[in-house]
Amino acid sequence: MRATRRDMLLAMGAGMGTLALPQILRAQAAAHVAVVGGGFGGATAARYLRRLNPDLRITLVEPQEQFVTCPFSNLYLGRLRDWDSITHGFDGLRAAGIEVIHARAEDVDGSARSLGLSNGARLDWDRLVLSPGIDFRWGDLAGYDEAAAELAPHAWKAGPQTQLLRRQLEAMEDGGTFVMVVPQGAFRCPPGPYERASMVAHYFKTHKPRSRVLILDSQDRFAKQPLFRQGWQALYGEMIEWVGQSDDGLVVEVDASTRTALTAFGTRHKADVLNVIPPQKAGLIAERAGVTDETGWVPVRADRFESVHVPGVYVLGDATIAAPMPKSGFCANAQAKVAAAAITADLAGREPPPASFANTCYSLVGPGWGISVAGVYRAEGGKVVEVAGSGGVSPLEAGPEFRQAEADHGAGWYASICADIWGTA
Amino acid sequence: MIRLLSIVFLAGGPGAAGAQDLDAAAVQVLAGPCASCHGPDGRSPGAIPSIAGLPEATAAERMLAFRDGADPAATIMPRLMKGYDEAQIRALAHWFAEIGS
Repeated sequence: MRATRRDMLLAMGAGMGTLALPQILRAQAAAHVAVVGGGFGGATAARYLRRLNPDLRITLVEPQEQFVTCPFSNLYLGRLRDWDSITHGFDGLRAAGIEVIHARAEDVDGSARSLGLSNGARLDWDRLVLSPGIDFRWGDLAGYDEAAAELAPHAWKAGPQTQLLRRQLEAMEDGGTFVMVVPQGAFRCPPGPYERASMVAHYFKTHKPRSRVLILDSQDRFAKQPLFRQGWQALYGEMIEWVGQSDDGLVVEVDASTRTALTAFGTRHKADVLNVIPPQKAGLIAERAGVTDETGWVPVRADRFESVHVPGVYVLGDATIAAPMPKSGFCANAQAKVAAAAITADLAGREPPPASFANTCYSLVGPGWGISVAGVYRAEGGKVVEVAGSGGVSPLEAGPEFRQAEADHGAGWYASICADIWGTA
Repeated sequence: MIRLLSIVFLAGGPGAAGAQDLDAAAVQVLAGPCASCHGPDGRSPGAIPSIAGLPEATAAERMLAFRDGADPAATIMPRLMKGYDEAQIRALAHWFAEIGS
């Protein structure tokens, strides 16, 4: 059994005289947990740490004053949601007693246990939580860099890019083609591209009915595929065309100025609106903290989501290697609660409680037509495993009441999880 | 805590694997993902029903029915409940009953 901090304190106090005591006592009185990232993982971790131990000092570092969620940003593109409804501030977290600093995390020193910020400040921490989301592998797809993204938006981090894509869709003439490029490798929100295609098709159907949607995919199968295809056929007829990798869906080069995508087999697709979802990796600060591996993602101890490389640094969400858990906001939220419990236990010198996670991802195919995938997970032998017999997707044979219920539940999920995280709904 | 442990004890026996781990901290972790759909502490601001303060027996019965496929109108709950054993389900029912509505 490991010594508690209290035991250590007593032992050290006895051994070292009284000089060292005040500092140790201060650390004991108010351990400091710094959290980087105000999204689904980070903001949840901050809030649940506060709930589990009101004595902790918690600092949340997030550059943006308002956080725009990727979940439901496709509904904004489909004009089914307004911008404000997917935008969340941090007043709720401040009201819960969390210090929120709007700056960028620049570097992490895992030995000195400190964090450098873009505003010049340095924070010392006892435990660090990184929930940095994704960054893009600019240049992996020939012709696609940050400048190109201003012409052919990715809109895969919600914010100005999402608004740019919507403006382009609104400016497009009826009869135009929206082309989406789906990347190779692991990416945030596996069903996201196909929900986006659905929402763009909904917008076209209601505003520009002669237009079409073309998905050029580097994969041969995709999340909830039979459910999406069934819904597309029923709601949009032939409007959405999906081309998998084997049928020449793999895009190898992009020319953003002419909005052209070139495939591996040499086909050039000219788009009126070109949406390129780039190849991805863990958010940059994870790399700087030394917690990523050669894949660009972050390996973690599955029972607590602590880095396998740097003790005391916990990493959550899309940045982590957590398969079979998908890169979803729901998973980041679930992982954050496990990590918060583990950190609280660890600081108190206890073993963490057994990890348990779940995921539910709703996608909207059209108004009143929702579909879902779910899973329940636990940690076993250092890995995340799906509990046998749990989870799965909505039944393909379900009727309209079922699809309507899942559309309603999707909206209900969004209201609940936003209340759970930011205290907003 | 004592009440919780006694619940777990009563629900023990075959199929109750992991029940020995179900102290309050463990149940709190188990209950974590519930809030993502049913709202903080099971109080939902939206279209999904609140579960805070549901009578323990009712909640347990409902979750077990979901798990056993006995509710034909259910959508996602059967898929989720299949991930939990009976002891875990009873502990969750107790947890949200104790929170109070």
